[in-house]
Amino acid sequence: MIAILLQLLPEANFMSPTIDWHAIAPEMVILVGSLVLILLDSIKLDKAKPFMPTLASLVLLGALIPVITLAIDGSTRVLFGGSYVVDSMSLVLKALFLVSAYIVVLMSTNYVADGDYWESEYYSLIVAAVLGMLVMCSARDLLMIFVALELLSIPAYMLAAWRKGDEKSNEAGLKYYLMGVFASAVLLYGMSLMYGVGRSTRLDVIAENLVRIGDGRGAPIVTLAMIFVIIGFAFKVSAVPFHTWAPDTYEGAPTPVTAFLAVASKTAGFVALIQIVFYCFAARPDIIQPVFAVLAILSMTVGNLIALKQTNVVRMLAYSGIAQAGFMLAPFAVIETNREQALSSIVIYLVIYAAMNLGAFAVIIAITRKTRSAEITSLGGLFSYMPGLTVVMTIFLASLAGIPPFGGWYAKFGVWQALIGGNTALGYALAIIMAINTVVAAYYYLNVAKTMWFDEAPDGDTTPVKIPFTLIGAMGIAVVATVLFGVLPGLLTNISDFSPVAAALGR
Amino acid sequence: MMNFLNDWGLVLTIFLPLAGALVMMAIPKQSEGAIKLVALGAPLAAAAMGILLMLNFDYGDSEHLQFMVNKNWIELINSNFILGLDGLSLPLLALTLFIVPLVVIYSWQHVPNPGNPKAFFTLMLILETAMIGSFLAQDLILFFVFFEVTLLPMYFLIGVWGGEQRRYASIKFFLYTLFGSAFMIVAFVALYFLAKAPTGIALEQLRALGGSYADMQAGDPLHSFGMQALTYSGAAGIAKTTAIVIFGGMFLGFGIKVPMFPFHTWLPDAHTQAPTQGSVILAAVLLKLGTYGFIRIAIPIIPVAARAWAPVIGILAVIGIIYGALGCLAQTDMKRLIAFSSVSHMGYTMLGISTLTAFGLNAAVFGMVAHGLITGLLFFVAGSVKERYHTLDIKRLGGLLISAPKMGWILGFATMASLGLPGLAGFWGEFPAILSAYDPAVGLNVALFRTLMVLAAVGTVLAAGYLLWLYQRTAFGTPSEEFENDPNITDVNKFEWLAWSPILAGIVILGFFPGLIFNVAGPAVEVIARTVGG
Repeated sequence: MIAILLQLLPEANFMSPTIDWHAIAPEMVILVGSLVLILLDSIKLDKAKPFMPTLASLVLLGALIPVITLAIDGSTRVLFGGSYVVDSMSLVLKALFLVSAYIVVLMSTNYVADGDYWESEYYSLIVAAVLGMLVMCSARDLLMIFVALELLSIPAYMLAAWRKGDEKSNEAGLKYYLMGVFASAVLLYGMSLMYGVGRSTRLDVIAENLVRIGDGRGAPIVTLAMIFVIIGFAFKVSAVPFHTWAPDTYEGAPTPVTAFLAVASKTAGFVALIQIVFYCFAARPDIIQPVFAVLAILSMTVGNLIALKQTNVVRMLAYSGIAQAGFMLAPFAVIETNREQALSSIVIYLVIYAAMNLGAFAVIIAITRKTRSAEITSLGGLFSYMPGLTVVMTIFLASLAGIPPFGGWYAKFGVWQALIGGNTALGYALAIIMAINTVVAAYYYLNVAKTMWFDEAPDGDTTPVKIPFTLIGAMGIAVVATVLFGVLPGLLTNISDFSPVAAALGR
Repeated sequence: MMNFLNDWGLVLTIFLPLAGALVMMAIPKQSEGAIKLVALGAPLAAAAMGILLMLNFDYGDSEHLQFMVNKNWIELINSNFILGLDGLSLPLLALTLFIVPLVVIYSWQHVPNPGNPKAFFTLMLILETAMIGSFLAQDLILFFVFFEVTLLPMYFLIGVWGGEQRRYASIKFFLYTLFGSAFMIVAFVALYFLAKAPTGIALEQLRALGGSYADMQAGDPLHSFGMQALTYSGAAGIAKTTAIVIFGGMFLGFGIKVPMFPFHTWLPDAHTQAPTQGSVILAAVLLKLGTYGFIRIAIPIIPVAARAWAPVIGILAVIGIIYGALGCLAQTDMKRLIAFSSVSHMGYTMLGISTLTAFGLNAAVFGMVAHGLITGLLFFVAGSVKERYHTLDIKRLGGLLISAPKMGWILGFATMASLGLPGLAGFWGEFPAILSAYDPAVGLNVALFRTLMVLAAVGTVLAAGYLLWLYQRTAFGTPSEEFENDPNITDVNKFEWLAWSPILAGIVILGFFPGLIFNVAGPAVEVIARTVGG
């Protein structure tokens, strides 16, 4: 049997590819790190527990070092026959994932320990998910993208259900899992169709074939495949109408995990979309632009309108995240005429969104240590007894609403610039719909600020609560990034000027 | 000295208050003395810087930007940190630097409920930085950022320290303004992509700006947010209909801020519910961001569209004048009445602007400053009345001249100034604005503008009516029984004197020497009027 199979192989000229170890050093650090975490846990059991967060942080920050050396080196490295590419954009995104995950670990440290949840596994799963995210940043191949997606999703399913005793957490995990698997199936079906017409799993080869097919034989399959693939990722980034899992999962999951899902996992979905759309589907803008326009308009409008009615701050952030995803999806709809700005505006949005959203979740974790509830009303009177925390939260909320001088304004501005710069009717329409949505969104963000600043404490309890050191660290990083990117957006635009990347791709 | 001012003058003027706010955050909440010291010191330092700038300002050359700062900011979008001071910005800068310290002095003993001077003054200082920055920014994005930064501090000033309906009023203020500015930024971005380099003399001027403009040919895309560059371009290369739509975006942004009818409904609520200090700053400075935006940005950058919009602006302005005045007559609350009078008075300013002539624009600039001083004073007095009587219900007030005669006289003075009595500042804001409508810019419908002029003149009669009626009901007569022997009702105290007397003096001085503003702003607005062909 095996002998027959071996005969089928091409004449024994298989050579293992030369591997650029420097290029995949960040992934290797994470891989080894996650294994060490699991091993330590199995050998030392409870003795290792207190060191797990520190170790996980070290692994994440350690992986940042090769990312930085690669960035300094600056050359684009192509590995594995073009299916794995390390360029400036992928490095920016990798750094974003590592820092986001580091902040999540900081947020988790006391939360997980206090709640008496499984600790060691928690951190090793987070680190494993990060490995999937890093791979996603460089994947230029359908298979690679799919493997990365599963690698980052499966740990997340488990993490969402981490509060075992809580029914809501179980519901969160199960819902997320079922929806996620369903999305994967749709995605995989789309990919297989794409492989059928594109005759390769490599994105650039598929793109060439798509151009060749054009409107000829196979065009309907191309359309179908693209729509399936986009829908598969639309689940991941919680775009309307594929968003239904997000609010329940966000509410039920442990809050640090929610932050992880809302930021890192969603960003990973966007990274996958960027890879597939900019490197491959951009060959047929006539098909994908309307799809993305519809997704963007629905997401921002529906997300905002439902967010208006929320009384729970985590659910509110879930719906606001759906609306924000709508803003980020909009530039995909002008990919034909304004490819470069569309790309960099999405990446800039992702970076700023990560900073402000992680910050908001960190503050919520700090507040719920006292209030034991994430109802918006329970935040009442916060300004009177914890003014510092209130100011920090207000900064995040204002940033999410897009008010200068906090980062969010530049994120939105970048999208507007991409949309209008495309100079298409669709772009202008999206810009105006987005302007209206920005105002709607401001209402519910300010509603939270209003409760904190203007209202009385609901039960008259105004004893401040001690915030753990790690949580302060998490908020500190987020607040500095949010303010800095808002006051000096140039810092961000200088590293995210991907015009060379964008110009090279798909042409 | 001159080098120092050129490099740092404007930057320091803008950021000294913010530095004060940062220092204040480090001071513990309990040491109120230190907090108040910083709260007064920072605006005074900014004012001192401003005075230095004004002393060294070349008044013979006030149509050109002076003390310019030009630094890279966001290279990717070619948005730069450009500041400059010319004859148009100078009066408004002076107004801001003048009012804020007085507001702080007034607050010395009056930090409104629920107290917390640290937060109150921190917000006020942040607000001052944003206001000054808006008047000095010469880049659209920079302007937008400062313009937006004014929102949050004001939102909290109203929402935390305001009256009973403060929650509703503060969010209404915020959402209205944000709605306008969302469209404004879209308009700015559209300008960035669509504006082209002009031809002829304007091209020479554009090239003289240097940098990326130096080698531009006519018709090259400008890709700039610089106000100067865009003004030289004058929306060259933009089709007229597109230009009109872009102007519409700015019209929403600035018109809501002014506020123009029919976007004025946030103003009475915000003013009535805001604490006295908030009302004063709102009336004196924040509303001017809207009118300033029209003169500085919307009109010179898109002159074609400005001519098309001018009749609309003029008509809405006059509706605002009449509607605001009629609204005043129906009010029972003193503060709300003053708020409606703002709608009416800003109508005159907008009427002046809509004529697109140097005369009209100049009147508008004067009107802004005069309205800032006079309405600021009216809100101060209303605040002090409220503090003593615990009500502003006009029916229950009365006999102010008996219970607190000095305050009664000051109120009388302010109402006279507000209704445009010659010899006081209000006259020079109102009368030339009406007059300018007699002779609008070439190409505008003369008959329409003359009709508007007549209607606006009717508005002054109404203004006299509601202001005198207000004065009669509050100051004349004898105090009602409930307040007759109220020990709380005392006359003007020393902090109020300190805060108010400079404003009183300012109103008289500007009334007698209107040239102080007309001559400074004149050359600058003349350039703008020329660009729109007026």
